[in-house]
Formats: sequence, structure tokens, C-alpha cells
Amino acid sequence: MTTISRRLFLQTGAGATGALVVGFGWSDTAAANARPMLLGNYVSIGIDGTVIVRAPNPEIGQGVKTSLPMLIAEELDVDWDRVRVEMAPNDPTRFGQQDAGGSMSIHRNYTALRRVGAAARWMLVDAAARQLNASHGEFSTAHGRVHHSSGQSFDYGELAVAASLLRPPDPKSLVLKDPAKFSIIGTSRRGVDSARIVRGEPIFGIDMTIPDMAYAVYVKAPVFGARLLRCELAAARAERGIIDVFTLKGQGDRHGLQDGIAIIASSWWYAQTARAKLEPLWDTAIGVGHDSTLYRDKAHSLLAKPGAMLEEKGDVEAALAQAAQRLTADYEVPFLAHAPLEPQNCTARVKGDSVEIWAPTQTPEEGRQLVARTLGVAPDGVVVHMRRAGGGFGRRLENDYMAEAASIARHAGVPIKLVWSREDDFAHDFYRAASYHRLRAGLDKRGRVSAFAAHGVTFAHGSEVAQAAGIEGNGFESRVVPASRLEQSLIPTIVPTGYLRAPVSNGLAFVRECFWDELALAANMDPVAFRLAALSNVGGSGGSFDAARMRAVLEAVALRSNWARTRLAKGQGMGVACYFSHSGYFAEVARVRVDADGHWQVLNVWVAGDIGSQIVNPLAARAQVEGAVMDGIGSMHAEITVVNGTAIQTNFDGFPLLRMPEAPVVDVEFVMSTAAPTGLGEPALPPVLPAVANAIHAACGARVRQLPLTAARIQAARRG
Amino acid sequence: MILLVINGAPRSLDLPEDFPLLWALRDILGLMGTKFGCGIAQCGACTVHVDGVAVRACITEVGSVAGSRITTIEAMADTPIGTALQSAWLELDVVQCGYCQAGQIMSAGALLAENPAPDDVAIDAAMAGNICRCATYQRIRAAIKLASRQPQADRRHQ
Ligand code: FES
Ligand code: FES
Repeated sequence: MTTISRRLFLQTGAGATGALVVGFGWSDTAAANARPMLLGNYVSIGIDGTVIVRAPNPEIGQGVKTSLPMLIAEELDVDWDRVRVEMAPNDPTRFGQQDAGGSMSIHRNYTALRRVGAAARWMLVDAAARQLNASHGEFSTAHGRVHHSSGQSFDYGELAVAASLLRPPDPKSLVLKDPAKFSIIGTSRRGVDSARIVRGEPIFGIDMTIPDMAYAVYVKAPVFGARLLRCELAAARAERGIIDVFTLKGQGDRHGLQDGIAIIASSWWYAQTARAKLEPLWDTAIGVGHDSTLYRDKAHSLLAKPGAMLEEKGDVEAALAQAAQRLTADYEVPFLAHAPLEPQNCTARVKGDSVEIWAPTQTPEEGRQLVARTLGVAPDGVVVHMRRAGGGFGRRLENDYMAEAASIARHAGVPIKLVWSREDDFAHDFYRAASYHRLRAGLDKRGRVSAFAAHGVTFAHGSEVAQAAGIEGNGFESRVVPASRLEQSLIPTIVPTGYLRAPVSNGLAFVRECFWDELALAANMDPVAFRLAALSNVGGSGGSFDAARMRAVLEAVALRSNWARTRLAKGQGMGVACYFSHSGYFAEVARVRVDADGHWQVLNVWVAGDIGSQIVNPLAARAQVEGAVMDGIGSMHAEITVVNGTAIQTNFDGFPLLRMPEAPVVDVEFVMSTAAPTGLGEPALPPVLPAVANAIHAACGARVRQLPLTAARIQAARRG
Repeated sequence: MILLVINGAPRSLDLPEDFPLLWALRDILGLMGTKFGCGIAQCGACTVHVDGVAVRACITEVGSVAGSRITTIEAMADTPIGTALQSAWLELDVVQCGYCQAGQIMSAGALLAENPAPDDVAIDAAMAGNICRCATYQRIRAAIKLASRQPQADRRHQ
């Protein structure tokens, strides 16, 4: 894409203050960034000086409603206090890719949104230059004012109308600020919605209310993908508060509408209680054989045979035969649910071919397309409003609840708010896939890893690896070990799988980095020193992986945690791990206590991370790391067990999340490098699992290779 | 008819006795600050005060609290403890997604009303029923201490 299209978006009308609001925008299909995107309508300046900056991407708790506008405000040269942040509409033609996933928001937008701010600033300066008949070089900007060298100055509000009529600048002419002069980027700014949240204002998806709205539940099959055979509806219809009960046919799309029974009521509670009066008959035969224990047996028989070769470097068998020491270990991670605290929900209004949707979503545009497909209407008739999401964690990359709400609203003939119960949420997730791994490695006489073979068993839908169920990744081993390979075997499943925070890495890091700990101990080396030695073997640039950055975070975390120099009480241990994901380099040390009965608690976690040359909002960045670390620890206690095609955990009593008493003290250090800034929602998570498991081994000698890491498994490993 | 006193105002509701307080607040009275997370007293998102005590509104039947004083997050700013907590929450930037935070503040408010300077053990005990899926626990702990004018350091594992 080399064509540059520039458009001025002019928007006039009455703003909230009653002032004239004039919008600037600038679009550039060749934005010099990771991917082309259109920019537009990000900034409005009122004649009273009000500055509105639009946040383009969904807010799910990762802080982008604050951090992305900070990028614009910095280059616009306006005081942050003067900026009012508004959620942008979902409109990819004006705002490019508007999603929340893959820790990509800062990665993609760091330069692109600074350019938006710089373009708007340029237009204000241009307006002043024309007014004084002077050249750009005679002007400077600061605190929302344009200053001329003569001493004359204008507030942005005074220039807004004139500036809005100007042509936007050539992107190449824009000079971005020297980071040394930043006054917003790199400073700690509080979440723009936080004041409303602590007052309990209704800003989440589930808080949406529209006139004449009824409430809905949607009852789906207990077995993944089972069809509805029949259901008597009269008894439910007769319940208090019930407006309507009807069935809907699924469309054979796992990501969209499934067979189910909709109950419409005057309160969500009435709809929820009327479920008990339904006795639906489902075709549950589809679930037979889909069982966690059967999957595990199948995986072990597959691991005994060769798998499909995904990656191969050198002659692994020969290298293993020559090794001075050989290790083999089997690891396993379970299915996991996302369980964002706000259950899936969606408010929908359908009038003919026009559909309005309010939802917490990570992918509003995909949701819009899904709703259009589901209802058979043109996408142009569908509007999706992004509401603040009470957590995402990858669950709301899927918009199945939008397809349901839209279908229900159309059939019911009234606007509805669909809310899933927590049980619905656990039963109809797109789960992190379980996986099973056999690892073999050889060490040479000097304790270096000379051979590495991994065989992973994961799941398939049809002949394809199930969504987000990849086990790819000898990324590290193929660089640091002379002979390595990766094999894969697949088990067919009906379990819907999907992206959970730090997808793939959230399981693989545990598998790989615990095994590296085993190798270090077999080589009789300190685990930090062992990893540093392996990292100094990486030749060349190593593709996207920079071993020097990983060494730097390892060294930093060893120093910060007082690694190998801390005197530990009896029953305590420290463990380390490092992992590269989502462009971030993270090394983490955990200190744990293991009690005589096998119960364990993480006391401290030290984190050193490198996500490039700039932390946009340090206060929020540390929060992402604190949360990711605790999220990872919490996941070590939980699992989804599948029995006959049903997830048997139904609520938080069966799927424990980390709670206050178990929360460790997390210490965060950012190691600054010269790389372009990247994202932070995910990369701090993967290494904490192996750091904790390695610390448990250090504390009590139990090497547990299976998650969840239960007290019973620790006791079993202790007995050997 | 059931008479509830919510945030100081009497409200009479035509609801069955066993109707959960949570849904009366959210769907009938339009007070959306109290959140639904689990429905079975496992997450604390729905925490409100009944006569000053933190309870889970999802399992509280309206019939059981008729005539009691019910306080929700929407009225927390009317009390010195509530404003102290809210400003500590903002000062330390506790909120991530924010969905649990009303419930967290309600539990913290009941704690401070009973114990004006809770130590870490007291905080653990009072807050253990409130899940934060984003795991903002470190800052919640610090914010409770800030609101109660105590040093913020976590002293559990020294
Ligand atoms: S919704 Fe009441 S405790 Fe979870
Ligand atoms: S801030 Fe997201 S659940 Fe607590």
C-alpha cells in the first residue's frame, strides 16, 4: 500500500458545552506502522477551548481508553487535564482496526496516534500562521496555545474554526516530539473512567438500559453443539413476569447462534427462574467420548508414537545418543475458562433491517458482521456501540452473545437485554485448550543442552488445529540448542476453544520453563546462570527474538530479587523463569511457601520486563503486570473438566480464582531498551507459572508437571 | 408490597418476598452500581450494606430486608468512609476493568466502619469474599490502608 489518501473530516455542531465543536481528522492509509490504518475524527476542539480526544479501541481493563488518547494529547501539546476522552464509534473506515487483543494496541498505535496529534497541532499552527501572515517556524505550541515569536498567542479554541478548514499536512512533513520533551507520555495518568466507576455509575455493558427494554435469558444445550429436539414451553410461559418464551434454531456456527430457548421477562430474575420450568430434550449423543480422562489416555497413546513433524533442526536422535545425560518428562495443562467478572451480555434493538447493539466486546467490527450474517441484513444497517467491558481476557474476541441478543430481539419484537448467568458463562466458553507434552533433552559433558525434542498433543476441529490450540514454539530451543525438533499430534474435539490471555504461551511457558529448570538442576547449575549461558549461545539476530534483551531482564530480576543470596525460612523456595511473548521480554522470580500438607502460597514475585523504549503510562503499566502475574498464579489452581461433552465446573466455587489472602507482593521493574514500544496486557503472564512451580520444587523437592498444581499432586511428587 | 429503605429513601416494590435484592436494585430501581457476577455469594460483586453490614445482594431476598437500611455504592460518597475510600481508590489507580470495584469498596467500607485501622490479616479476612478477576488486590490493600491513614506496605510476608 503506497497510495496516500488524505481526507479532512469536518464536523460542526453543538458540543456538550453548547460551544461550536470543530473536528479535525487526518487519514493516511500508509501510516508508517505495523499495518495500514485509516485515521480520522480523533480530535475535536470547541471554540471555548474544550478538547475532545476519541479513544478508538475497546476498554477491557487494559487501560487503552487512557493510554491511546495520551499519545494524541502529547503531540497536540495540550494539557491532559483539559482533555475529555470519549469512546469512538465502531467505524473501521475512520479508525482502522478497533480491537483489543494480542497486546497490540500500543504496538500498532504508538506512532500512528502520535501522528494524529501532530497533524492536528500542525493545522492549528497553520491557522495562526495564515492569520499573522507568518511562517510555521515562527511559532511554538504549549499548554493548548499557539505562541508567535512576537509574543502574540492564541488559545486553540480561537483557532479551531479556521484550522478545521485547512488541508491536513503531508505526513512526511510532520516532525514528532523528541521523547526527552514528553510531558504526557511516560507520566502516570489515572484511568479516565475510574471516578465514574468508584461512584457506581452505569457504564458497563450489563448496565445498558433503553426504553421499553425487556430482559432475556437464552438456554442452550448442556453438551457443546447439541441440537434441540423439543421443548414444552407452556409451563415457563405461565410463570410470574414472563412476557414470552420461544425457541431459536442455531446456524451451525460455533461462533454464532446455537439452538436454544429464549425467555423474555420484565426482570432478568423472572426469566432466570422460569428456566426451571423447561424440560428441553437435547440430542446429547454428540458428547459421548468427549471426556477429560479419555482425552488424557488418548494423548498418552499418541505420545508413544511419532507425531507430525512441525520443526526440525539437526539430527536429534544422534545428538541424544551422544549426550552425557538424557532427561525425559511429560507435562500437561488443562482446559481453562476465561471467566471475566462481567458475564456475557448484550442489549439489542431491531427495527426492520436496522439493528442497534450495545455490548462489551473486544472485536466490535467482527460482532457487527456476525450480527448482519445472523439476521441476514446488510452490515450497513447494524451499529455496534462499544461499552466498557468488565474484563475480556480473550473471551470477548467472540461475539456469540451479540448474535443471540439480536436474534432474540427480532423474534420478541421488543428491545432486550440478554444476560448470561455465571453458569451459562462457564458452560459456553471458548476454553483455553488442554495440551499434553513429552519433552526429551540431552546435556553434554559441560552441562550444555545438546539435543531437544518436544512432542505436543493438542486438539482438532475437523482436520485443523482447534482455534488457539497451537503448540507451536521451539522458538527458544531451536535457537539455543544445536539439534531440536517439534512434533504434534491431534485429538478431535467438540469443545470450543479460544484465545485466553497470552494464548498458547500461558500453557507452553509452564511446560518449557519448568523443563529448563530440570535441565539446569541436572547440569548442576544455578537456574539463572544456566539460562544466561544458553542465551549467550544465540547466534545472529535470532529473527524477532533478541537474546540480549532477555539476558538483561534475567540479570535485572536476579538482582532485584536478591537471587541465590536470600536466606529462606524452612519450607520456602525461590524459582525463576523467563519467557518471550507478544514482543515482550519478561523474567520473573517467585518466592513461595509450601506447608507440610502440600498447600502452597506465593509470597513475592519480582518482575523485570522489557517492552521497548517507552512506557506510555507507568501507573497503569505496573497495574497490568501486577494483574497478569496474579492471573497466572490464579490459573494454577483451576481447571475445566469435560465429561461427556459438558464442562462440569459451573461457577466460582468449582473454578477458584485468586483471592485477597493469596495475593502475593508483586515488584515490577521495567528495563528500558531502544526497541519500539510494544504491549503489556499479556507478556508478563506466562513466566510466572513456571517461576512458581520451580519455586515449589526448590521449597520441597516436589516436581509437579501437571496443572492445576494441587496439594495432592505435591504430596504425591514428594513421595516420589 | 415490600417497603425497602434504599440510600435513605423509602421505596415500595410489588415483588415476591423471595425476589433477590440484587435484581430489585438493578432491574426495578435502576441502581446499576451493584453488580452481578455469580449469583451464589461467591464473588462479592453485588455487595451492599444492610444496616451497616456487608451482605451479598444476589442471595438476599427482599422480604428479609424489608424495613432495613440498605446502602449501595451510589450513596457511598455521602459518608466520610465512602469518600475516603473512593479518593484512595483514585489516588492509587486501583481500577482495571472496574467491574468488581463497587463490591470491593462496599466490603472495605463495612470493614472500616467496624475497624478504623485494619491490619493485613483483618483486610484479608474482610476482603476474601470479593473476587477481582483483574487481580487488583495489591492496590486494593494499599488503598484501604491509605483511606484509613496507615502506611501502605504489605507486612504479611516479611
Ligand atoms: S453476584 Fe453476589 S456474590 Fe457474586
Ligand atoms: S478490576 Fe476487573 S474484576 Fe476487579
